[in-house]
Amino acid sequence: MSAQKLFFAGSGGQGIILMGQMVTYAAMFEDKQTTYYPSYGPEMRGGTANCTVIVSDSEVSSPLIYDADCLVAMNLPSLLKFEKMVKPGGTLLVNSSIVARKTERGDIRVFEVPTIEIARELGSPKSANMVMLGAAVRATGVVRQETIERVMREKAFTGKKAETIPANIKAFEYFKV
Amino acid sequence: MSGQRAGEKVLLKGNEAFAEAAIRGGLRFYFGYPITPQSEIPEYMSRELPRRGGVFLQAESELGAINMAYGAGAAGGAVFISSSSPGIALMQEGMSFLCSAEVPLVALNVSRGGPGIGGIQPGQADYFQATRGGGNGDYRIPVFAPASIQEAIDLIYEAAGLAETWRNPVMIFADGIMGQMMEPVVLPEQRPFIESVEIRRRKPWAISGYGDDDSRRNIVKSLRMQPDELEAHVEYLFEKYARAEKELTRVETRDIDDADIVLVAYGTVARIAREAADILAGRGIKAGLIRPVSLWPFPYAAFDGIGPRTKVVISAELSMGQMLDDVKIGVGKRLPARLIHRTGGMIPTSLEIADSAEKIYREAVQ
Repeated sequence: MSAQKLFFAGSGGQGIILMGQMVTYAAMFEDKQTTYYPSYGPEMRGGTANCTVIVSDSEVSSPLIYDADCLVAMNLPSLLKFEKMVKPGGTLLVNSSIVARKTERGDIRVFEVPTIEIARELGSPKSANMVMLGAAVRATGVVRQETIERVMREKAFTGKKAETIPANIKAFEYFKV
Repeated sequence: MSGQRAGEKVLLKGNEAFAEAAIRGGLRFYFGYPITPQSEIPEYMSRELPRRGGVFLQAESELGAINMAYGAGAAGGAVFISSSSPGIALMQEGMSFLCSAEVPLVALNVSRGGPGIGGIQPGQADYFQATRGGGNGDYRIPVFAPASIQEAIDLIYEAAGLAETWRNPVMIFADGIMGQMMEPVVLPEQRPFIESVEIRRRKPWAISGYGDDDSRRNIVKSLRMQPDELEAHVEYLFEKYARAEKELTRVETRDIDDADIVLVAYGTVARIAREAADILAGRGIKAGLIRPVSLWPFPYAAFDGIGPRTKVVISAELSMGQMLDDVKIGVGKRLPARLIHRTGGMIPTSLEIADSAEKIYREAVQ
């Protein structure tokens, strides 16, 4: 792997920023070069949210991307706006729980992930984004799955949130090899 | 982050990293007013400085902040201020005063699109403001433009020392992208804050009151009513600036001795340009890169390293050809200097820069 460019998009409150930051932390833990850049603006819960994560073996050049190795589309507007970004042969993960539309791209790998149904089935409906993160990490191999679990324990869910770790690991591991 | 050990790798958002670097650099006083895209800095300072022995004060405006910085700095305090473009504009009068009065200061601009109140997305259109100055009179401010969060930390930390050595404001010019992005970094050791009782000894010029041991009385001022006295003072300042031009010029160059074109870019745009150079290499065009790290003093001499193969030099910037003026001075009449730009908060992709550069190159070799 030289560099992997990931783009996470959805609406505010879906855990977009968290997913991106967790991959970035994991990349750092694995001693890779990494840059995370979020969209910013007058945004709020329910508004749009997206972020770019680059993971590389060498120094990261542009922190902004025009094409992506992997797009995670958590809602319909994100799919419509960003599906053209995915490189031919790249990976698209769609939150099929709320996105009924099929992508028009025939030159990429597509995974439709019913994140909400899976999270409900696991008894932790709030962990839908961790189900998606598990699918994205599995599909891309951008970082190791156990590194994400370390990120959960050491960075993402500390203090009071630590009690959510078992449920989040379960959700994340749904697609574990 | 305050508990983070020096030398340990941590993931930090740009704005938090800038603030932590300033504290670790020994900058004990922060005066500011919130403005996007750098409001995390006053937020961080309001939390961290009071509990670490420093002072955070939210000013009523940027005008208030720069004049608090003038006062605290004149009294020997090590001061850090930050803002974004329109806020930095409001501070320009103060910058001129601090330069004349030789008061140290580290100032950070996390710049956004202008003119006017503009927008909140990243920009570099404060290049003239930073390098030519928006205040009155003859003065200069060293300006450093980092391209990564780590480089920003290192430059802010170093700037704390430079401001004292040169007794002048030093500016860090970052853009909104750098304020918001996160990268793994290593933080430096905490430099101890200077205690009030040490100021008289460490900064003999500062307004520190009468000492027990002597009756030295300092005046820090910018008013000089006698024109011959003022002229002599300005001449003295410019002897200092002439030394700064020799000692503070910083630049990074890549493959400029044997390039078809040379791209000139700073800050985040330099990273995008570096990727554009890789794209151009795939199209058979060799693109070199000059990345000014110091915007003033500008690294004019680096342009002498451009080899005979080069056909055109291109300034890539988030402004309408502000750095281009300096590029033209650096290139002289040897080569044509052209511009690739976006502005208003728009950022070019590496592909966009590569396409524009290729077009300019094809025109140049016709």
